[in-house]
Amino acid sequence: MNRNIVIALIVTAIGNGTPLVLAGLGELLAERSGVLNLGVEGMMLMGAVSGFTVSQKLGGPAALVLLAALLGAAAAGAVMALIHAFLSITVRVNQIVSGLALTIFAGTAGLSSYVGQVWKVGGIHGLHQYKAVDLFGLKNLPIVGPIVFHEDPLVYFSVILVAVAMWYLFRTRTGLYLRSVGESPAAADAMGINVTRYRYAHTVLGGALAGLGGAYFTLALAPFWTDGLTAGDGWIAIALVIFAFWRPDLLLLGAYLFGAFVALGPTLQARGIHALPSEFFSAVPYVMTVVVLVAASTGWAKRRLGTPAALGVPYSREGG
Amino acid sequence: MKRPMVGVAAGLFAVGLVAAACGSSKSSTSPTTAQSAATAAPSGATTAPSGTAPSTTGKWTTSHPFVAAFIYVGAPSDAGWTHAHDVARLAVQSHFGGVVKTLYKEDVPEGPQVSQVINELINEGANAIFATSYGYQDAMEAAAKVHPNIFFEQATGTDQLANFAEYYGAGEDGDYLGGMAAGFASKSGQIGFVAPYPIPEVIREIDAFTMGARSVHPGATVRVVWTNTWFDPTKERAAAESLAGAGVDVLADGQDSPTTGQVAEAHNLPWVGYDSNQESFAPKSWLTGTTYNWAVYYIPDIQAMMNGTWKTHFYYGSLKNGFVQLAPFGPSLTSSQKAAILAKEQAIEAGTFDPFTGPITEQNGTIGVPAGKTLPVYTQTGLSKYSISWFVQGVIGSPKG
Repeated sequence: MNRNIVIALIVTAIGNGTPLVLAGLGELLAERSGVLNLGVEGMMLMGAVSGFTVSQKLGGPAALVLLAALLGAAAAGAVMALIHAFLSITVRVNQIVSGLALTIFAGTAGLSSYVGQVWKVGGIHGLHQYKAVDLFGLKNLPIVGPIVFHEDPLVYFSVILVAVAMWYLFRTRTGLYLRSVGESPAAADAMGINVTRYRYAHTVLGGALAGLGGAYFTLALAPFWTDGLTAGDGWIAIALVIFAFWRPDLLLLGAYLFGAFVALGPTLQARGIHALPSEFFSAVPYVMTVVVLVAASTGWAKRRLGTPAALGVPYSREGG
Repeated sequence: MKRPMVGVAAGLFAVGLVAAACGSSKSSTSPTTAQSAATAAPSGATTAPSGTAPSTTGKWTTSHPFVAAFIYVGAPSDAGWTHAHDVARLAVQSHFGGVVKTLYKEDVPEGPQVSQVINELINEGANAIFATSYGYQDAMEAAAKVHPNIFFEQATGTDQLANFAEYYGAGEDGDYLGGMAAGFASKSGQIGFVAPYPIPEVIREIDAFTMGARSVHPGATVRVVWTNTWFDPTKERAAAESLAGAGVDVLADGQDSPTTGQVAEAHNLPWVGYDSNQESFAPKSWLTGTTYNWAVYYIPDIQAMMNGTWKTHFYYGSLKNGFVQLAPFGPSLTSSQKAAILAKEQAIEAGTFDPFTGPITEQNGTIGVPAGKTLPVYTQTGLSKYSISWFVQGVIGSPKG
């Protein structure tokens, strides 16, 4: 299989980017409601280990086991997010502290590692895996075949999810209410929108998606669990939400772009191209993240980008 | 990606585990007349520095156990490098019973944090500290100077003090045999290698692998992709996928996880693994791989510490003494191919063959090792296996990363 370099790059980029799409979309929805959740890395790890554990321990047809594993991963992420929702919405603690605490609690050497130890799923080969499907039998089409018609089901699911999120945010009344809760919870409250309910729902939904993002590692990318598997992707997902100006379509693009940066170094090396040291390419995705964050924090960008105005601010009707 | 508190928390957890293990372990000592580790030092070892080794007076008992601590670069669940060390740690624990207490700290980054981890282990009563990755060497050496009564041991490094020893083994001999398997399995002669860091240890292994492949498949090439990590399944996967996409028909790796094998299995490409027997991760693709039995070293070494006979050393295990092993073959090699590999293994064990015997041609076509010369394992000056910084002919890639 000797592929054109650009096609090979895009195929790898989509695989690398899909967990970022799922987790990033979850964070985007939570932030649109005004809740910043820095616990994404922890929720992804919980999703990764929970999904993998279900896929290892449950018997039955592979398709059903994998579906149950996804549900387990989403549930694990959602439960973690519920903790954050309770702390930041009901008790109104600092969202940054609460989110960070979640990542530390669930992260490497935390709860996710503990779950892996208790169920003894570390270091073993997964029994089930989402593999690429030959969609409509078109995988051998030139160029678009390997990119569009030969992906695993979770890639298609994540793309559909992005389309649904676009429609939901910008074409439905609930989406409009959600955005108003994130912009001005007081005004939304005055209109009779239940701010607390909106924030709870989208924070928990965000956690479920982060759980799915983590499960993409253990159920599709490489069916294998070990401590700290997601290796910082949760943080990248948070940065991508800013990069995407809180828009799902741009998030999809950003995630694939980031995936392409990760794939660029190895792809050039594999073809014997040594223009720059490999360390340079290893650093590029993170340099890009810093550049984007700096650019996004300028005054001009803040006015234009559509940061939810109430992001990170707890809401209380008494004006607290 | 890894936070300092990781090691701390892991260590506390480890202490808890060990405490639990000690509670139920048998109280009888298990004396063995194990071989002195120093006797197995290779010809290339440096002379021992002057100074006295730590004295370990007193009898070690279950109520006063010898504490052996291990610093891991990954987690025991990595199914590779750290897994192999942890299997050996457990072998130490079961061999000595309650008279030895083992501790470990996992996911310790190769940076300034390791000094903190070393101090924690000393505070927890460590009598000996085994650092299991190259990047710990400087911090270990500094700590060894401050704590003359504690045994410090460094895997894959080069420096020595009276209380600071080195240990590793001839992984390159296994890699040469693994390279033969890859050369047999390749049809196009294009092999891909997923490599961690561009350091001599890894360069030497890629060189041996390539020479092995070309010995049975003349003209074969090995494409190298650096991941700049020992362990990161995402990066390892990207590297393996990029090699598959570039048209190689056999994959190999020197990483700590079996991710390359999972990619190989997905693409139906044969695969040579590393560190542990990883056949279960890719049963169709698995060819073989270099594995390490660290217990072969740890058990007699710790025995020597407890007996008071320990001297600093530069241990280099081999295929012959079982420290380095070639993992069982996978299903795709023919019996004559297996026989050829095993014959070469016997020649290495008998001392009649060494992969690093000249003439060896460098990547750029110059002669790196002249005919008739065999590189020593390690010398402080001049070319040795430990100092090779160039690729041999047939490698496609840069040894600078």
